[in-house]
Amino acid sequence: MAEPMVRSELVCKNFGALRVLKGISLTVDRGEVTCLVGPSGSGKSTFLRCINHLEQVTAGRLWVDGELVGYHERGGKLHEMPAKDAARQRRDIGMVFQKFNLFPHLTALENISEAPIRVKKQKKTVATDRARELLDQVGLSDKAKAYPAQLSGGQQQRVAIARALAMDPKLMLFDEPTSALDPELVGEVLDVMKELARGGMTMIVVTHEMGFAREVADSLVFMDAGVVVESGKPREVLANPQHERTKAFLSKVL
Amino acid sequence: MAISHSGTGSGTGAGSDPGTGPGAADNAPELIQAVPLRRPGRWIAAAIVIILLFLFLYGAATNSAYDWSTYGHYLFDKRVSKAAGVTLSLTVLAMFFGIVLGVVLAVMRLSPNPVLRYVSFGWLWFFRGTPVYVQLVFWGLLVVIYKQIDLGIPFVHQFAHIDTQNLLTYYWLAVIGLALNESAYMAEIVRAGLTSVDEGQDEAARALGMSWGQTMRRIVLPQAMRVIIPPTGNELISMLKTTSLVTAVPLTTELYSRTRDLAVETFNPIPMLLVASTWYLFFTSILMIGQFYLERYFARGASRKMSVRQLQALADAQGVGNQKGLI
Ligand SMILES: Nc1ncnc2c1ncn2[C@@H]1O[C@H](COP(=O)(O)OP(=O)(O)OP(=O)(O)O)[C@@H](O)[C@H]1O
Ligand SMILES: [Mg+2]
Repeated sequence: MAEPMVRSELVCKNFGALRVLKGISLTVDRGEVTCLVGPSGSGKSTFLRCINHLEQVTAGRLWVDGELVGYHERGGKLHEMPAKDAARQRRDIGMVFQKFNLFPHLTALENISEAPIRVKKQKKTVATDRARELLDQVGLSDKAKAYPAQLSGGQQQRVAIARALAMDPKLMLFDEPTSALDPELVGEVLDVMKELARGGMTMIVVTHEMGFAREVADSLVFMDAGVVVESGKPREVLANPQHERTKAFLSKVL
Repeated sequence: MAISHSGTGSGTGAGSDPGTGPGAADNAPELIQAVPLRRPGRWIAAAIVIILLFLFLYGAATNSAYDWSTYGHYLFDKRVSKAAGVTLSLTVLAMFFGIVLGVVLAVMRLSPNPVLRYVSFGWLWFFRGTPVYVQLVFWGLLVVIYKQIDLGIPFVHQFAHIDTQNLLTYYWLAVIGLALNESAYMAEIVRAGLTSVDEGQDEAARALGMSWGQTMRRIVLPQAMRVIIPPTGNELISMLKTTSLVTAVPLTTELYSRTRDLAVETFNPIPMLLVASTWYLFFTSILMIGQFYLERYFARGASRKMSVRQLQALADAQGVGNQKGLI
């Protein structure tokens, strides 16, 4: 097998004296969907943010597509990465947030075409055509001119997914994409994500939707207090958790 | 700038609920044509205001102290309108440089670089802490304090030698004095605007690979504008009137000084004050109109309310979108 898409070796993250990640090791292969679950405060978001270098890893190593994240390794030493290189790494990694974080002053279409135009220097017409395609793909072709405030939560999140896809990422990170949504809107977002997974996108998804994990994920990782407690095939972990903490957590969310 | 979306999402669902389908129009009930509520209080209030206004105007028109014929004679006097032009150009230039510098200072203040932060803070401390009148006097004395400027490496080599007398007229000294003072106030206004933008915006932009500059220009500043514009409109209008202080430099070609000089000529200050006030009010009105349109532009997307055009476009799309549904 080729180099995995994400390889994490003993990744630690401290905020000052607070130790949030205490040695996370895992790999995500190309085309795989990994679901991260765990109680609130266990460090799931922090780990996702380390992967695209929104947070700087304090110990351990993290590679995306064979490239070390956030640092250059020269002569056996790590050098902090210039902002430009970090931005280049990030643009190949799509991220979808719990609170959508759409740009409220731009229309749905402009939200999607903004980064391709500014970052990839695409022609406006090219980026706009592609944005229309993506809106169609997430089922919102009629909302191109709407502003985020005029869309429902589920629609906003689908635009946010389209916005991330517009950069043609090789990896997609989802941080609880459905937990700010009313129950009847969750399905429409999960459907878009399933479609993506079927299309072969490599995805890491923080979620409490165990149905989604069971159906779509290739592996399930259970985190607690900054460590990976257990991981494996979703069906196996869900049906037969090995660890007490996993059992306790699953009994609450299932 | 928190968009409130939690919990209310279901309001504008996917547009596929039965009541709004194309077929629904056939059996839709008649639009309501209610008799509007009577509001006598408004009419009474309006009548009182009109009567008071009439009394005031009548008094003003018949009171000889106002000397309306002199007023009419000088309102469009060449010297007055030229002075009004000076006032306007001083205002525009000082505000322009003040805003540009204010944005730079605000960004410096928020920068992770401590040197930039402290420089910005020191600047604010000085220019907000001293009266603008004193600063203007100081700028006027500048050419006396620094008679010449030598460009070069200190004590080693000299590239150029400039006499300050030839470099800066009183007009430009006034612009500089007003602009630097203004920059300190604008910096705080801009900073308030920048910090009002939700952190998630910055994060989303960075996650897309946008640089810090792109994020500022394209994402954060446009949203901050909604907070920045109203107090900036205030500053602009207040600057229009602060220009009357540039006599301290001394610059005496602007509106207030000029009308005061003319008052000496006519032996009656009241009509000249009215002339000056009329011009100030005229400019203020124009600036307020400009502010209205700017605010409307930067408010786009801020509200769920849609323009008539947008609603029409959505209604048109609904006919098509409905059948297609979601994927
Ligand atoms: N920037 C920060 N500074 C200090 N502490 C932080 C910061 N970000 C996160 N933390 C702390 O790190 C811990 C893990 O946070 P994180 O957001 O990763 O948890 P999570 O697993 O995503 O939880 P949730 O399910 O509630 O989203 C929390 O205790 C949080 O307070
Ligand atoms: Mg989280």
